[in-house]
Amino acid sequence: MTNVAQSENLLEVTGLQKHFPITKGLFKRQVGAVRAVDGIDLTVRQGETVGLVGESGCGKSTAGRLFTRILEPTDGKITFEGQDITHLSTAQMRPLRRDVQMIFQDPYSSLNPRHTVGSIIAAPLQIQNIPTPNGVKKAVQELLELVGLSPEHYNRYPHEFSGGQRQRIGIARALALRPKLIIADEPVSALDVSIQAQVVNLLDDLQREFDLTYIFIAHDLSVVRHISDRVAVMYLGKIVEIADRNELYKNPRHPYTVALMSAVPVPDPSRRDRAQRERVLLTGDVPSPINPPSGCRFRTRCWKAQEICATEEPPLVARLDDPESHQTACHFPVAKEEIVAGRSPSGAGA
Amino acid sequence: MSTDSLAGLTLPGDRNTRPFLEVKDLTVRFETDDGVVQAVSNSSFVVEKGKTLGIVGESGSGKSVTSLAVLGLHRTRSNAKVDGQIWLDDEELVTATDEQVRKLRGGKMAMIFQDPLSAMHPYFTVGAQIVEAYRVHHGASRKDARTRAIDMLARVGIPQPERRFSDYAHQFSGGMRQRAMIAMALVNNPKLLIADEPTTALDVTVQAQILDLIRDLQEEFGSAVIMITHDLGVVAELADDVLVMYGGKIIERGPATAVFQDPQHPYTWGLLGSMPRLDRDVRERLNPVKGSPPSLINLPSGCSFHPRCPYAGRNGERSFNEVPELRGGMHAVACHLPAESRREIFQQEVAPNL
Repeated sequence: MTNVAQSENLLEVTGLQKHFPITKGLFKRQVGAVRAVDGIDLTVRQGETVGLVGESGCGKSTAGRLFTRILEPTDGKITFEGQDITHLSTAQMRPLRRDVQMIFQDPYSSLNPRHTVGSIIAAPLQIQNIPTPNGVKKAVQELLELVGLSPEHYNRYPHEFSGGQRQRIGIARALALRPKLIIADEPVSALDVSIQAQVVNLLDDLQREFDLTYIFIAHDLSVVRHISDRVAVMYLGKIVEIADRNELYKNPRHPYTVALMSAVPVPDPSRRDRAQRERVLLTGDVPSPINPPSGCRFRTRCWKAQEICATEEPPLVARLDDPESHQTACHFPVAKEEIVAGRSPSGAGA
Repeated sequence: MSTDSLAGLTLPGDRNTRPFLEVKDLTVRFETDDGVVQAVSNSSFVVEKGKTLGIVGESGSGKSVTSLAVLGLHRTRSNAKVDGQIWLDDEELVTATDEQVRKLRGGKMAMIFQDPLSAMHPYFTVGAQIVEAYRVHHGASRKDARTRAIDMLARVGIPQPERRFSDYAHQFSGGMRQRAMIAMALVNNPKLLIADEPTTALDVTVQAQILDLIRDLQEEFGSAVIMITHDLGVVAELADDVLVMYGGKIIERGPATAVFQDPQHPYTWGLLGSMPRLDRDVRERLNPVKGSPPSLINLPSGCSFHPRCPYAGRNGERSFNEVPELRGGMHAVACHLPAESRREIFQQEVAPNL
């Protein structure tokens, strides 16, 4: 998607964990924990787009909030541009907020309904005391134009805009401080198909123009494939597979990744019968993150699970003859012959 | 519209000539303080037993309002005006009495809603709600109804159905809740099942399970299914025929294979072109439809799509003044462009980018 001019690591995450305590009784005794993010490693290079994909409850949104330090990790380390930001206080984080920004999923609840669009976008500039030579209003209007909105809407309130337009306002707000890294948490899921495409194209254009780095969190595999350079698949708090975009979609190794891809309905009625026969159907529901299964967490739904899967958690390493950049956490990764033809993309490369 | 006193009765000669569900010139308007909302305008379509009709459209296209009209759920809204004819198994519904429609609703025709958490009652157990649905339409004893409900819960794949019978909606996970809603909808063997975005709120692996379930149940019960969705992939998976709706009107209608492989309307081209697809190579850029869906209070004049259509104006002023009619037999489209021009544009400009 982009040419990685400098491949310095913008963000480095090791062993990142976030456990939310469950308390009981008058004295709030901790009786357990929701292990939302349970040990993930990730490096994000300057200029790239990393897609973080997974279903509800896998911890991807929590991970996004940890990267922006809206939440504080319970364990592990986060390094941004070489600086350890894992346990910085709010005051210490504040100057760094200029560099790391977030776009939220719900365009309806992420904008304060009592503020005008102008003040919503101006707020970051004012909080960070950014000098605006031509005035704050001018700066905000430039941002509105950048995201395809009319500068005259400066004094309007969020409820006067459609979902797609509100999402653009959220993007303008995230861009106000010219950040280096933007974490986009499901930025297009709540939008209609044709509006999704507009916003995805906008994010593409802005990345090129401002040399942005994105972490794109989503559950829609098709959108993630379109926009990402690398993709990480999460399940129950852990990254189960990570690879370059084309590599992942051509050679998914983890059974969960394979199941996920085969579940996506393809808009081609002529492939319907073949698709039905080839689909990998996962039985049951995702286990609770309060009590994840021992060893490999996916084993309770995995058709390849064996004894070792219950006793030994598989590390995230390159498997079979994959390149170093393609890592899978599985004792029995899916080999190419096992993947039935109809479900993988045309294979002609992208 | 029709004040015929025979409406609602099946006349001897009529059986087997009319499709199972036939909607003719359906128009639904809501009078509001801001103006008249033209939610649905002159929609006509049919569904046969055992077949699935997919209704595709974005927010404000009128797809949900159409299905609610079939179920007679606009009757309680004092500002709703429904015109046209809805024939279900030779019975006309628009002119039928509230009591007649109530008998059919939940019995002969049933609906699965998008968000089961808000569609189910939070105070009653799931089992009790299914029992109620059954007893209202059959004079069964509580015991028999309970057995039937547990059977249905098992049939839709809920494990330990006797135990889950006594659980509340919030105690189920999203996928299980939707299954319970399907059980509730199917408990009376409806001949028409309307599913309004049944999997939008669900994860993709759960969605696959639910779509398979709906497909299996349709085969088993032989019901007609209307699947409403904005997801073209879901439509392709399940639908035999497709309606594409825009601004309250049907702008394209035909068999699913025809609509996907030989789409006729520029809006359909736009929808297909704006989706990233797993079964195609990655494209540099997506091709969105420019602009936003129209306001149903202030619909654009002439063809409602003309402000967003790259080809408007090629027919002189017709796009701006004249509402195009849905024409074309099996595969019909509402567009002013002549068929040959459309074919040419599709082959030269649109298809290479899909």
